[in-house]
Amino acid sequence: MVKVLIPSGALGLGYDRDALARGIAERPDIIAIDGGSTDSGPHYLGTGTSKYSRGSTKAEWAELMAAQAEAGVPLVIGTAGTCGADDAVDWLVDITREIARERGQTLKLAVLKSGQDGDAMAAALEGGRITPLAPAPEISADLLRDCTNIVALAGAEQIQAALDTGADIVIAGRTTDTAIISALPLQRGCHAGGVWHGAKIGECGALATTSPNTGTILIEFDAEGFTITPMGKDARATPRTVSAHMLYENSDPYRLYEPGGYLDVTGAEYEALDDRRVRVTGSEWVVTQPYTVKLEGARRAGFQTVSLVFVRDPHYVENIRAWVDDIHAKCIAKAKARVGGDFQIELRIIGADATLGPLDTNAKPGTELGVMGIVTAETEALSREVAKMLNPYLLHHPLTEQEEMPTFAFPFSPPEMPRGAVYEFCLNHVLALDDPMDVFRLSIEEIGT
Amino acid sequence: MTALKNIADKVRSKNAGPFWLTLDVFCGTAEAFARISSGLDTGLVADMFKADPATLKRFDMPELNVVKFSMPRPAVQGTHADRDMHGASFAVLLGEIEIR
Repeated sequence: MVKVLIPSGALGLGYDRDALARGIAERPDIIAIDGGSTDSGPHYLGTGTSKYSRGSTKAEWAELMAAQAEAGVPLVIGTAGTCGADDAVDWLVDITREIARERGQTLKLAVLKSGQDGDAMAAALEGGRITPLAPAPEISADLLRDCTNIVALAGAEQIQAALDTGADIVIAGRTTDTAIISALPLQRGCHAGGVWHGAKIGECGALATTSPNTGTILIEFDAEGFTITPMGKDARATPRTVSAHMLYENSDPYRLYEPGGYLDVTGAEYEALDDRRVRVTGSEWVVTQPYTVKLEGARRAGFQTVSLVFVRDPHYVENIRAWVDDIHAKCIAKAKARVGGDFQIELRIIGADATLGPLDTNAKPGTELGVMGIVTAETEALSREVAKMLNPYLLHHPLTEQEEMPTFAFPFSPPEMPRGAVYEFCLNHVLALDDPMDVFRLSIEEIGT
Repeated sequence: MTALKNIADKVRSKNAGPFWLTLDVFCGTAEAFARISSGLDTGLVADMFKADPATLKRFDMPELNVVKFSMPRPAVQGTHADRDMHGASFAVLLGEIEIR
């Protein structure tokens, strides 16, 4: 049997300290936590930075390092620094060294990097080793070289290689959410279907229980399946909370693709052991060939400047669409004539349909509206220049030539807010490998000395 | 005719990676599931999200009293055409769909 303690759904999200303490008392074989996700958008992979603050990350990571020392078992984090790019891994490694020094601890640290070189990926594309998933954007060798970061998602094999070094702490770049949980139980011969299924259920911590905010859960893996036990005092796992988690952020609730195969839970059976623990058996792991890892990439998609204005005059609120359309047409024409270049202007009406756009046919505007002007351009200077041309319109543009010049409400001076470079995800592909470690780099260091 | 939100317990929408959107309709009871499963038209859902019916996946799950839809995101997450980074608001729209 292998016991995996999962402190929370992600480092930086917080957890119930008593629940973590209870989990340590259960004598786990490993502590595994996820460090990221694509869910907050392409900026983090684009820049190789973390979404969570350094202060929060350090505070929680220090507590987990203390838990590791107490339990005397490995602590593993996957997708370090939100995106798992090499720079984000280095950021967490730096925090880890700092904590070890402050605590006077000496630790063996294994670092697994997932970052990929654009030229190497371009060669892999030309060599037919990169294939699209649906829906995949069109890619080319140039696009791959253009990415600011490409990462490959490590699976269980790469985490196992890191654990084999005997490290106290493993900091991994991009991995699948499940790999950090599944690695050890698979290595110790637990039921593969049960392992991957339990890993999927556990990847968001206590989200698969009645008290998601308690964070910490324990999953015990064995030869036939797994058992989930929430560590929060009043948290309960029920067959319903556990089985429903297969729906979460998953396009197919019966299948989950991972490096080397897929999990099929069609035959899974969920049994309540008591009012808080659930046992699951009957899940299947299907091996696929060739061995592939998923790729994620982000590239720069221009520079943005945003302006915000508010409209309370009923005449303008009532005719907002005509007002906005007129401004849009006039400002584009002016910017083309005066500066040219590659730019785009979008005006979203806040309070009407800014959330869903044209999909929203049920929108009912209120007494006031906001207009958010978004200028995206090929350079930062051009995005600011065009946004400044938008300003006189947002301030004073009349609906018709016959009416008095109106003035609208700007909350800020200057009204233009530069957003800097913007990024987009540009890969939904897999890369075939001869050996799982082919594109991953593992290094070991002593820290705290 | 009534809106889905008046029958279902909860409607949730989430990203399933940057390229997919997934919507979960938690019906609550077997009775509500039967009504939603038979009365919720897949074609109307595709129209609502301007989705290609060929790539729209639907799962009717009586064991959970859930109806689930997955589709390529209306705009890839975080591109300039995307308005909702976490895809959370699409659920509100689906909740307003009419059930036969």
